[in-house]
Amino acid sequence: MTVSSSLDRSLRDAAVTLGLVDVGYDVVDSPVGPLFVAVSDRGLAAIVYDTRPDDQLERLARLGGPRVLRSSRSVDDARRELDEYFTGRRRGFDLALDLRGLPSFTVSVLRKLAHVPYGETTTYGALAARAGHPRAARAVGTVMNRNRIPIVLPCHRVVGASGDLVGYGGGLDRKVKLLELEGALH
Amino acid sequence: MMMAVAVPPFERFYAEHRSEVLRLLRRTLGPTRADDAFQETFLRALQAYGRLESGEHLRAWVLTIARNVAIDVLRRTRPTQEIVEMPVEDERPAYEQLAPLTNGLPPKERRAVVLRYGYDLSYDQIAAALGSSEDAARQAASTGVRRLRRRISP
Repeated sequence: MTVSSSLDRSLRDAAVTLGLVDVGYDVVDSPVGPLFVAVSDRGLAAIVYDTRPDDQLERLARLGGPRVLRSSRSVDDARRELDEYFTGRRRGFDLALDLRGLPSFTVSVLRKLAHVPYGETTTYGALAARAGHPRAARAVGTVMNRNRIPIVLPCHRVVGASGDLVGYGGGLDRKVKLLELEGALH
Repeated sequence: MMMAVAVPPFERFYAEHRSEVLRLLRRTLGPTRADDAFQETFLRALQAYGRLESGEHLRAWVLTIARNVAIDVLRRTRPTQEIVEMPVEDERPAYEQLAPLTNGLPPKERRAVVLRYGYDLSYDQIAAALGSSEDAARQAASTGVRRLRRRISP
């Protein structure tokens, strides 16, 4: 028996409103393609360019608990800020972030990354130095590649020492597009 | 040691069982009342879901929750009428094997006994399924077993 979309929607909304969801997720449209966005009770937990949720649900359950539910309402704030960012009305994000489970080196690098300003770029080496590990440019590259919350944690603003864009977990096209959007490429 | 079956992310559990739960509730309550009961069933399941220790027998578990929600609805809306015991839709062996033995028990005790001894669920899970406290679930199972014992050896 098919569950009507209104009944389904009302259950999902009620679950979020009653605080019964560990991690809520939904797909958010953007100029760089649909984004799989996940939010826990602590904050934004993941943004994934690949929107096949089957690859993600177990990971989210390990992160925040088994009550993982698709729900539009749980990503309302994230969707709004992302929309504002993509339409040029927002330069920084105010969302709380859920960085649980990440090694301390990763967290310290991501915290420095969060401070790289909109429309500017930095290098892997410079970011490593700012995180207190000046020789760890390569390790910083790995952290960027595995960044769980791209766009909001702006790993697209990190480029090679020669100005080469190097790479991007979501594909180089998206890195170019994000930097163009911010006016960082000419 | 046997590996416990992992509890799946709720989304998967919901996707797998929602149609069957709605079917059961529609049949029992009719289309109008079934919608509210459907929501109540999965909200009750969510409340207990974080404490589940095993992903086994989740179908039996959620159908039991649904039956109890339906009974609550019938009780609320037809207070003077006798509550009719609903047919057990589950065709898993545990229910079938235990049915001849447990069919005469009061509904709550029967569910507690079947979930405990047929499906090996924890009292925590049984409590969630019955919509009662853990203590009440334990008591229902033990009263049921005592009743059965008396029946077998009077």
